[in-house]
Amino acid sequence: MKRRYFIQQTTAAAALTTIGGITLPSFKASEKATKITILHTNDVHSHIDPFGPEDGRNPNKGGVARRASLVQSIRNENPNTLLLDAGDIFQGTPYFNYYGGEIEFKLMSKLKYDAATIGNHDFDNGIDGLYAQLPHAEFAFLSANYDFSNTIMDTHVKPYKVFKRDGIKIGVFGLGIMLDGLVLKDLYKETVYLNPTEIAQDMSRILKEEEHCDLVICLSHLGYNYTNYPERPSDLKLAASTKNIDLIIGGHTHTFLPKPTITKNIEGKNVLVNQVGCYGINLGRIDFFFDIDKNKTVNGTSIIV
Amino acid sequence: MNYKSLFFILFIVFFFSCKQEPQHLTRIEGKQISISDSLESDLEIEAFVKPYREHVNKELDSVLAYSVDTYSKSDGELNTAIGNLFADVIFEQANPVFKQRTGKDIDMVLVNHGGIRSIISKGNVTTRTAYEIMPFENSIVVVGLKGSSINQLITYLLEAKRAHPISKLKVVVDEDFNLVETSISNKPIEASKTYYVATNDYLYNGGDSMTFFQPNDSLFILNYKIRNAFLDYFAKVDTINPVIDDRFIKLKK
Repeated sequence: MKRRYFIQQTTAAAALTTIGGITLPSFKASEKATKITILHTNDVHSHIDPFGPEDGRNPNKGGVARRASLVQSIRNENPNTLLLDAGDIFQGTPYFNYYGGEIEFKLMSKLKYDAATIGNHDFDNGIDGLYAQLPHAEFAFLSANYDFSNTIMDTHVKPYKVFKRDGIKIGVFGLGIMLDGLVLKDLYKETVYLNPTEIAQDMSRILKEEEHCDLVICLSHLGYNYTNYPERPSDLKLAASTKNIDLIIGGHTHTFLPKPTITKNIEGKNVLVNQVGCYGINLGRIDFFFDIDKNKTVNGTSIIV
Repeated sequence: MNYKSLFFILFIVFFFSCKQEPQHLTRIEGKQISISDSLESDLEIEAFVKPYREHVNKELDSVLAYSVDTYSKSDGELNTAIGNLFADVIFEQANPVFKQRTGKDIDMVLVNHGGIRSIISKGNVTTRTAYEIMPFENSIVVVGLKGSSINQLITYLLEAKRAHPISKLKVVVDEDFNLVETSISNKPIEASKTYYVATNDYLYNGGDSMTFFQPNDSLFILNYKIRNAFLDYFAKVDTINPVIDDRFIKLKK
């Protein structure tokens, strides 16, 4: 009910800008409330088919065909939707062993994924194996802290991408986990891992101050939190040591959260951290509501999880 | 009216009309949606996957051997039938490759209990069985380790008290896990001798806290995946019938 009241109020507040008899319909977009929907997955690990009814852990859960219909119904409801993946697309079912990731990328393209970051298992067929599947991917690969300059992946991965939806600028950047000790050097070759915290500070500044993004999203494969290794970079540590990031979409640790985590950044402002387990058995959904009425932000942005 | 003032008026008009009211983030809502069987499947996606699925299933269901019983890594205390099969298959399949390359023999095998990812069920052993017990892409490596490092490896086994799969190595402990006997191929371990230990690349790099593989005398990368070793072995034999034996045991009082 609260939401309906909110929408009604903002629609009533919107008026057409007319100056000297000239109507400029192209500016209409900025005058109404805008909703940006972010959908996300992580660690799908080649799980294309749903788990069977006899599965011990996730019976009848998951499946790309079901995810496709869910994503489509959400897009029908709100065309201003981005679909993102936080890495480890590859490895986990024989589909990967037989086809090397081709089906995974083709399906993600059919679902119109907008961007993905690169997980450690995406190197499982070597950096050449990842490169070989790129022609099947019609979405962006984002990683700001993997330097691919001396590899075959050079120029095929961007640090960030800015999406514009209904006048709202959404900056998305990617972060990957330390490869040494996790992935064989033979597989990742000359990929250079850079400090994710420093890179994230840099990226969030660029996206906020230079690209003037309204929303800054980090697609991370660092892992949610490492209580036994407090020095290890993680999403919660990243949130606490950066500013201007609105949402961190995580992966790697296969963390099932009862609800998205609200935590504080270095300035004491709220950051949302979310991860949806693994194997495509969940879809994360975060809706961002924008309004020209400044009165609504007088008490800060409200977060409902 | 001169051009200057005309431009000025135009500028004012466009400035005010184009000045977008900035939108402010007022509210965020977050939730997780379960992908369950209550959702309809997208028919186009279904149709796309179908031929791939049929091809993969046909391959995976091809019968390679027969298992006389069901083997689980939880059946047995310090050595299990499936774990012994794991380690023995690695020796049997990797030793000819290693010998051809180096002229030497593998002295022992160690992998980890956690690396056995599934049971082997009684009945037909298929390609799928190999994928189930070994879904990962890990490969066999052979590490040259001094006897002193082998002793660290044994200390690790005593502390872990788990049925980590071993082959050719024998470890006997008393009730309090004090060493009673250790040997490799029935010979005492010599501190200064180099032993060739087959394991996988994950453990070689310190996986499962196995820190004793580095530093070492030498490393041989066989480019032979563990799963392929199983597939080759299953194709070679008619039946599998592994047993719990005395390779790692605790003596009773």
